Amino acid sequence: MECCESRTSLAVTRRWLLLGGASFAAWAYLPKFARAAGGRDPRLIVVILRGALDGLAAVAPAGDPDYADLHGTIALTRDGPHAATELDSFFVLHPSMPQFARMYREKHAAVVHAVATPYRERSHFDGQDVLESGFAGPGRVQSGWLNRALAALPRGERVSSALAVGATAPLVLRGAAPTVGWAPVNLPQAADDTAMRLFDLYKHRDPVLAQALSQGLQLDKIAARGEDMRAKPRNGIGAMQITARGVAKLMAEEDGPRIAALAFDGWDTHANEGGPVGRLAQLLSGLDGAFAEFESGLGAHWRDTAIVVATEFGRTARINGTQGTDHGTGTVALLAGGAVKGGRVIADWPGLKTANLYQNRDLAPTTDLRAVLKGLLRDHLGISERVLAGSVFPDSAAVKPMQGLLV
Amino acid sequence: MARDPQAALVALNRFGFGARGGASGDFINAASDPRGFVAAELQRPAAALIESPALQSTSVLASELFDFQLEQKAKREADAKAAAAKTAMASQEPAAMMGKAAPTPTNVRPPKPAPNVIQRTFRAEALARIQRASIAECGFLERLVTFWSNHFCVSVSKGQPARIWAGAFEREAIRPHVLGHFADMLKAVEQHPAMLFFLDNQQSIGPNSRAGQRGKRGLNENLAREIMELHTLGVGSGYTQADVVALAKILTGWTYAGRQGRLGEAGSFIFNVNAHEPGTIVLLGKSYPDNNVAQGEAALADIARRPATATFIATKLVRHFVADDPPPALVTHLADVFRKTDGDLRAVSHALVGADDAWRAPMTKMRSPYEFLIATGRLMAQIPEDPGRYLYGLNVLGQPLWTPAGPNGFADTNAAWAAPEGMKLRLDIAAQVASRIGDNRDPREMLDLIAADAASSDTRQTIARAETRQQAFALLLMSPEFQRR
Repeated sequence: MECCESRTSLAVTRRWLLLGGASFAAWAYLPKFARAAGGRDPRLIVVILRGALDGLAAVAPAGDPDYADLHGTIALTRDGPHAATELDSFFVLHPSMPQFARMYREKHAAVVHAVATPYRERSHFDGQDVLESGFAGPGRVQSGWLNRALAALPRGERVSSALAVGATAPLVLRGAAPTVGWAPVNLPQAADDTAMRLFDLYKHRDPVLAQALSQGLQLDKIAARGEDMRAKPRNGIGAMQITARGVAKLMAEEDGPRIAALAFDGWDTHANEGGPVGRLAQLLSGLDGAFAEFESGLGAHWRDTAIVVATEFGRTARINGTQGTDHGTGTVALLAGGAVKGGRVIADWPGLKTANLYQNRDLAPTTDLRAVLKGLLRDHLGISERVLAGSVFPDSAAVKPMQGLLV
Repeated sequence: MARDPQAALVALNRFGFGARGGASGDFINAASDPRGFVAAELQRPAAALIESPALQSTSVLASELFDFQLEQKAKREADAKAAAAKTAMASQEPAAMMGKAAPTPTNVRPPKPAPNVIQRTFRAEALARIQRASIAECGFLERLVTFWSNHFCVSVSKGQPARIWAGAFEREAIRPHVLGHFADMLKAVEQHPAMLFFLDNQQSIGPNSRAGQRGKRGLNENLAREIMELHTLGVGSGYTQADVVALAKILTGWTYAGRQGRLGEAGSFIFNVNAHEPGTIVLLGKSYPDNNVAQGEAALADIARRPATATFIATKLVRHFVADDPPPALVTHLADVFRKTDGDLRAVSHALVGADDAWRAPMTKMRSPYEFLIATGRLMAQIPEDPGRYLYGLNVLGQPLWTPAGPNGFADTNAAWAAPEGMKLRLDIAAQVASRIGDNRDPREMLDLIAADAASSDTRQTIARAETRQQAFALLLMSPEFQRR
């Protein structure tokens, strides 16, 4: 097992956490905030969506004249049986996110659109490396930006909450600053998405194994029931809520961790992405449930909480031949929590005319995700701009922290 | 020599345990000289031996087992006595006293008992075997060990002696002979206490022996039948039921010394003349005069030399390494070498590696669960300190270590290992393993370690497009390049 980071093995006293399909890690110490005397005891939760979220599907630019044509059969609409939720005169929110919509109305949730990391290629692994490492390019996987940010914080008491050490901490929180972590130790089954990808490979390379695997997974029976396995990422949905519930419960405790990172898989919607209903809708519903769990679980601490949800890159603006979207560039980042100055979609909208698309195919990024993250770290945790531009996001002096993200 | 990536895949996967991760350079070395890469291990027969201060000989283990069994017996008797006394007491006590008798803590689970000597030994032996396979260069020697160990299998499910001895059996009877002569391995196996126990020969009594005359028990044909059917000649090769009885009689008296050690060191092979069937016995048309243990040794030596044995062994070897339906020419070739060299297994192994047919045959075989798990650990450059995850994986995938369902060992065909349920479970195991890999491993580079340019573009693309490193690694472990050999 990899263990380059310093992590602590503690007793498994919280068996209820040993569920789900996500990984979670938290900083092992209470930070001594300079502003703690002022009454704020901030919580920060970073959620990584691995696989590349279709930002144009989660928060759709319904007011853009080119959107409906590009997103075709899976485009969201303002009316009809599965009408999207209006966020403002231009943007609508996916209908499977009612909790986030409520938080938005209550001004506890915000969206940053047309955002991207500095990464401009289309490999998941490299894209996730850039997103989580905080470096300007791939290949730097020794530590993550959140860990290096923590290293800059004054260290207080050790968190006594016992977490079982799981498989691997998300890169974003790996590094020299000590963390405690948990991840599902034994996923009882491989994810359906993995099984389907393997089935596709076998179909091309090894028909005998394809048949055996198909029978083993009982694909026939599933097909006979009229279901598409890929349309039902059943492992993921409940896991997101369960994980969020566990994280919130731990972070709500007086001696619980204040800063945590977790990752949800499954957002790589190349085929049958679905529109207002379908595969992505279910994933977003799971994410929406996670927001609700964070809110209810953190209780009184919710007002001091900021959650940021980010993904490695976006997806193509135009749907492909299999009712899905391929790897793209610009996407959304979601913010939630009582500390967030919500009720806004923050976007320097580039437009969706072909000439305005990045390489004629992707939503062009107009906001550097690091600006958002820097704004949060500076205003929520009090980390200086100098540190942010130095060790946390190296070589990013030109990327200024976004102002006024928090109340 | 020209670089040959396809042959490298054959060398690593068909003959070996797969490329090791890290800086092993296994694929590069295998590609530059595939046959030399495999054959190099045939120059080092001692590399098949495992000697470790942590591992004991069969007779030492026998003493520990006998002591343990005595302890258990004493404990059971003491417990029974205590229980009886308690029952007697309780029947005399007024009912009101009952509640006070046993304070039962509600939420305290009894501590898991420490593993006993049998469990400790099994795990230590398993670990030594897994570690050796994990560090071997090509792993051809270790593959031969697992082949012969399965050919001459014992099953730990037979009972405590089999469980404590299974590892020692492999170390003492199989490993010294994998590059030696078949007849020597055969003798070592059939005289090993583990095999004698597994196939009941310690109970077999010659009807006309002194013990047989006194008695209650008689002949047990189990060992004799399996020697001819499974270990040497093969079923349908022309021996008869009379031959089975004849060999069973010849082998009467082959047993191991018990706890008191009256006939020899406890747990060692002994010849008990009191149980041995007297007289000359005719086996497969040849008369064997009664000269005690030498009678059986002569019979085994002759059986080892019979042409049917050569063909049977050659067929099994080719089926294991090359194809479920063994190419007849290759079988004939190996059987010829076997006969001409009097069963020299190094010569036979050399002939296998040197045969073009063994390299040309398409990679249609599936890795067995053991090969799959070992290859996975090697790719991750892991040398385990605990066998737990391997033993768990083998149990899940239907190949529990040293525990085949019968004396014919685990199946050696795709029907057994590429079955639908097995494929699903294999994928689950692959996903579990993959969930533990860190972000500093790049699955695209790991594909280069195991297959380089021999990897198909489909597999390369599937891995490159995976959603996460963990998913990519699971797909890599399940790819035809990793599963087929």
